[in-house]
Amino acid sequence: MSSTDPGIAAPSYLTAGEPGLAGWLLTHDHKRIGILYAVGITFFFLLGGIAAAMIRINLIEPQGALMSAETYNKAFTFHGVVMVWFFLIPSIPATLGNFLLPLMIGARDVAFPRLNLFSWYLYVGGGLFTIGALLLGGVDTGWTFYTPFSTLFSNSHVVLAVVGVFVVGFSSILTGLNFIVTVHTMRATGMHWFRLPLFVWAMYATSLVMVLATPVLAMTLSLIALERLLGVGIFDPALGGDPLLFQHFFWFYSHPAVYIMVLPAMGVVSELITCGVRRQIFGYRFMAWSMLAIAVIGFMVWGHHMFVAGQSMYAGIVFSILSFVVAVPSAIKVFNWVATLYKGTIDFHAPMLYALGFIGLFMLGGLTGLFLAATALDVNLTDTYFVVAHFHYIMVGGAVMAYLGGIHFWWPKITGRLYPEGPARFAAILMFFGFNLTFFPQYLLGYFGMPRRYHAYPEPFQWLNVLSSAGASILALAYVMPLCYLGWSLVRGRAAGPNPWRATGLEWTVPSPPPKENFALPPVVSEGPYRYRP
Amino acid sequence: MNLSPPSLRSQLLTLLALLALLGLTIGLAFLPLGALNAALALAISAAKTLLVMMYFMRLREGHPFLRVVAAAGFAWLALLLAFSLADYLTRPLLPLP
Amino acid sequence: MTQASAPLLAARASQFDDTEQQRGASALGMWVFIATEVLFFGVLFAGYTIGRLRFPEAFAAGGRRTDLLLGSIETGILLSSSCLAALAVRDVQLGGRRSSPWLLLGTAALGAAFLVMHGFEYHSEYEEALIPGLRYHPSGDPPHAMAIFFCLYYFITGFHSLHVAIGVALLSRLAVKAWQGAFSPDYIAPVEVTALYWHLVDIVWIFVYPAVYLVGRSS
Repeated sequence: MSSTDPGIAAPSYLTAGEPGLAGWLLTHDHKRIGILYAVGITFFFLLGGIAAAMIRINLIEPQGALMSAETYNKAFTFHGVVMVWFFLIPSIPATLGNFLLPLMIGARDVAFPRLNLFSWYLYVGGGLFTIGALLLGGVDTGWTFYTPFSTLFSNSHVVLAVVGVFVVGFSSILTGLNFIVTVHTMRATGMHWFRLPLFVWAMYATSLVMVLATPVLAMTLSLIALERLLGVGIFDPALGGDPLLFQHFFWFYSHPAVYIMVLPAMGVVSELITCGVRRQIFGYRFMAWSMLAIAVIGFMVWGHHMFVAGQSMYAGIVFSILSFVVAVPSAIKVFNWVATLYKGTIDFHAPMLYALGFIGLFMLGGLTGLFLAATALDVNLTDTYFVVAHFHYIMVGGAVMAYLGGIHFWWPKITGRLYPEGPARFAAILMFFGFNLTFFPQYLLGYFGMPRRYHAYPEPFQWLNVLSSAGASILALAYVMPLCYLGWSLVRGRAAGPNPWRATGLEWTVPSPPPKENFALPPVVSEGPYRYRP
Repeated sequence: MNLSPPSLRSQLLTLLALLALLGLTIGLAFLPLGALNAALALAISAAKTLLVMMYFMRLREGHPFLRVVAAAGFAWLALLLAFSLADYLTRPLLPLP
Repeated sequence: MTQASAPLLAARASQFDDTEQQRGASALGMWVFIATEVLFFGVLFAGYTIGRLRFPEAFAAGGRRTDLLLGSIETGILLSSSCLAALAVRDVQLGGRRSSPWLLLGTAALGAAFLVMHGFEYHSEYEEALIPGLRYHPSGDPPHAMAIFFCLYYFITGFHSLHVAIGVALLSRLAVKAWQGAFSPDYIAPVEVTALYWHLVDIVWIFVYPAVYLVGRSS
């Protein structure tokens, strides 16, 4: 790969350092580690995508077109485990976050580069356990590993899968720790807290959640493994244990985990929108504080997953109210993005299309979340496809759209090459339509009463399921497209130059791709972010 | 963040206080005080933790943000406990099998 | 300057501007790690709290089966070792080369003594058949849910002993480094960070002690 700017003497991070595979696998460079993560999560996204495709094909026929009930259970479990822990949670933080965070705050690297590489190896190790569980025959508990099924009745490889998630959890904790310390101690001269780009705020808030929630999951899953291996009874009602205790601990992590996925997406979208309308973000401080508010309040709502599980009615009321409260900072963000766009001259390039798609889908997902937070309505909708549609709107419509938007936006910076704009816009629009066609019918299915996690269903639900599966095939095409044209641009793309978007931010002041040391001289910052002059 | 070294006296006094609290908590555990037993044991543990954090771990003089980080771990644990107990204390507990 | 002296922390690594920044970063990193550890152990304590709330008698009966004498001595040992660790940091800060290796070694030795004593406890509990999942048929007429107490007891103390063992290994390594003169008032981050970790191990035990050994002693 050639250096794009002949005037700059320092070789780019792609060419500097040890050559060959060892130079990548033993690197301490945050940029290379970001790329390593990108390779890993793309692989797992494809694996999880195959499982999703199997599910959608199966549901075309009311009796199940493809698989037995048992295989179906394993398919959706694998889809959930892989997509949640091996794709969504590391997606934006570990790839874009690793690559951009030090650049954005004007640092040479993260605070603990070796720890950063170690996190990637943990991620790979955890992945191997999970794939091992799949190869040996799979897991059928659902990604939630609910007891007592997972501890007493399931005959599948629960322990292996749990170990995989435990290990990848450590990777996530160490990444969060690294980011928190980096933001605190490595900022460039003049880079005050309220001069940080919102992406950095998002990474910071995400790291808080990673560091404070993941340990609880790790221990809870260890208790499951222990219970399966030794037959002790902390969650087993027959021995005096309590399955609801598992649900409390599990959701103490797994609800905030949704914010691990969506907070980084909000950070990315804030960058894309300000650049796309060439404006200062509306209400910068509100945006920063609302991210921290989401991170904190997000810890107090987990009981809304347990309204019908036997939780006390009074606790249910409290969790319901707090779930409405957490919508407020999310709404602030949506209002501020819209206010930033209002009467602006919007440049509809591909990253902007992804960002706009994010706002629309996130709003639909968020508002249907309020339906589910209302206890009376949740009694009807819980464990139906309404829930499935709701969280896919947030996690796929929200997080994945933002991830791809970010990848397109920073692609010139990461690779030094421009991607082809035409196919990129087409893929973004196709994705938006494919996504809605896949998941909007699922809202209706759920509302009409189709329960989730069944491999067969009554005839009247068929037309909606067929629509959904048709949408899924469009969505799959839209996901494969970027792989093709981005891969093509690696070889044939035009050289990007340091700042093709004319964007603000320290990462755009260095050559594309950045040199190994990031900055030739330590940068000095004298103004806040997003000082666009139209 | 560069702290001057602590005095030998302060560290030894802290140890003495910790051992005294250990003796106190053992003694109190044998008095029949009902629910107060657990409360006192917890309070003494909290006091010992504060001593270790303030004098051995030097939080008293360290950067104020370190105190925030130290408090965050316990605050989040308090969230976990408070909301789980909010459930358990307001519903009939499962009977023994 | 020596190479890496604490795991995953390079000595005066290139990403930092100066040792001051590095020391601040490593201390903050360890404190963030301590916050996660509080939650690692905390969730087990939360399980304990709810279990004890539901089965107060069973937990009291379980607590009475533990070895109060050994447990109390172990607590004293860990508290003293924490003091030694703090003194080792102080000694390095003062520039002393003579006593810091011995202080670090003493801390590690007390940690090892703790592990040995806890091993004796586990052994006698195995003899008494008090280990759910391995050998559990307690004598007398124990309450049904006493096994839950013991599950949590072994899980918490086992996980804690793992931390002690890691700490002993780290401290021994630091003692050797200190003997070789690796640390100076300008370069104390590894000692400081390991001592912080050791204090955390101590704090966890401060809560384990009343939860395990002092339950049910008054009835």
